[in-house]
Amino acid sequence: MKKTIITVVGQDKVGIIAKVCNYLASNNINIMDIAQTTVQGYFNMMMVVDANNAVKSHDEIASELESVGREIGVQIKAQREEIFDMMHRI
Amino acid sequence: MISINEVIETNEMIRRMNLDVRTITMGISLLDCVGKDVKETCDKIYDKITTSAKNLVSVGKEISKMYGIPIVNKRISVTPISLVGGSVCKTSEDFVEIAKALDNAATKVGVNFIGGYSALVSKGMTKADELLIRSIPQALKETSLVCSSVNCGSTKTGLNMDAVKILGEIILETAELTKNQDSLGCCKFVVFCNAPDDNPFMAGAFHGVTEADKIINVGVSGPGVVKSALEAVRGESFEVLCETIKKTAFKITRVGQLVAKEASERLGVPFGIVDLSLAPTPAVGDSVGEILEEIGLEYAGAPGTTAALALLNDQVKKGGVMASSYVGGLSGAFIPVSEDQRMIDAVEAGALTIEKLEAMTCVCSVGLDMIAIPGDTPASTISGIIADEMAIGMVNQKTTAVRIIPVIGKIVGDRAEFGGLLGYAPIMSVNKYSCENFINRGGRIPAPIHSFKN
Repeated sequence: MKKTIITVVGQDKVGIIAKVCNYLASNNINIMDIAQTTVQGYFNMMMVVDANNAVKSHDEIASELESVGREIGVQIKAQREEIFDMMHRI
Repeated sequence: MISINEVIETNEMIRRMNLDVRTITMGISLLDCVGKDVKETCDKIYDKITTSAKNLVSVGKEISKMYGIPIVNKRISVTPISLVGGSVCKTSEDFVEIAKALDNAATKVGVNFIGGYSALVSKGMTKADELLIRSIPQALKETSLVCSSVNCGSTKTGLNMDAVKILGEIILETAELTKNQDSLGCCKFVVFCNAPDDNPFMAGAFHGVTEADKIINVGVSGPGVVKSALEAVRGESFEVLCETIKKTAFKITRVGQLVAKEASERLGVPFGIVDLSLAPTPAVGDSVGEILEEIGLEYAGAPGTTAALALLNDQVKKGGVMASSYVGGLSGAFIPVSEDQRMIDAVEAGALTIEKLEAMTCVCSVGLDMIAIPGDTPASTISGIIADEMAIGMVNQKTTAVRIIPVIGKIVGDRAEFGGLLGYAPIMSVNKYSCENFINRGGRIPAPIHSFKN
């Protein structure tokens, strides 16, 4: 199964996770794992999701999440998991 | 499962350290495009390129979006045109027609350069080779996306000094024809010794005759990532330094491998190689000069630079080779002057000269790259600079190249502005003593002996 990694970087505030989760739920994207941490004062969140049953393409989802991010003043990226696997696993 | 710290590390490389895939280059053989005359050959070339590379740019964009990694350039390399046009081109003007067809095809598919307006003359020139070489100034003036290269020597054949002599004149003529753009034409022309068949980087890319009909080659970059990794090990021993570079090169190259496989699958074209070069851009933080400074030099060019570059180049290869199933092209560190802000600063500070750059090319991946010199430099001196660089490649069994720009109307202390990825360059001083009698001898320098290595 191909997984997608969604990352959120920015200033922490109320409702970031809610906003992202709402978007994912309404697009039939299942959240498999969530982790978060703070690096140099910045809020970092990572979600591992299964977007295989989503109707929209990866391209659309990535662009729409980017604009969701802009609305709440954080950077949101959706990337296929392989780039991280390739870089960090032999 | 991937951890959040690994995800953050990758994305910081992309966001803050300018990690990108520098180019996806599609190599296309044009050997089946020879028609009965120039017009038919041009039409066949245009058709083959526009059909084969129809989706190259859109696929590049899709992959970029899918993995969240910038893919800066999409490019095409073709069979050396002196071979393709050999039977139909009777004049240099005929070859210029083919250059225009290449330019039109490149514009149509939306790539930013097309390479392969080339001749391979390491031992001798055919009539067609010479016609093509003589057409280079006009071809580079009349096209905007076409890149040209000539291989004029190799370890196995020695150096073709007749070609080297002509190339000095050709470079000056190209400079003259494009003098209203600071002799920009010369930025699109490279002279090689031991040119590889599968290099994806411009201006020297061509699709060698040993290659398949079509192939995807990918060039990765990431000087900024290496520089940032080295910041964390300041003052540590060479062992730690080398390990850090190697690990970083591995990570960067893995991204190239991923993109290459994906592009190859989506385009239905076999994967050729990943070229794991550190290729700088004029952007701050995307510089090989900065890595050399981080290794411990006040400026690139200071004593110790050649040793620092040697270890950098070697560790990049050691890390990269394991990360990709096929490594090729030039693979190493590029040291262009104009495309690297800290190299420009080093020249302007007086730390870096052509002679030191020449020494550095003995241990890095290419050669004298994007060096601007005074426009009144004699052709024989340019040929002499080429001959020196070719000799280094020939004796050391490595690729060397010269991309030199005599900027017409400018002198030492001035600047040449090329724009975009090509950046700007300070005019560097050239040794003023003549080598004319040497260059005028004519003939070849024989291949070097391969034993008695000292």
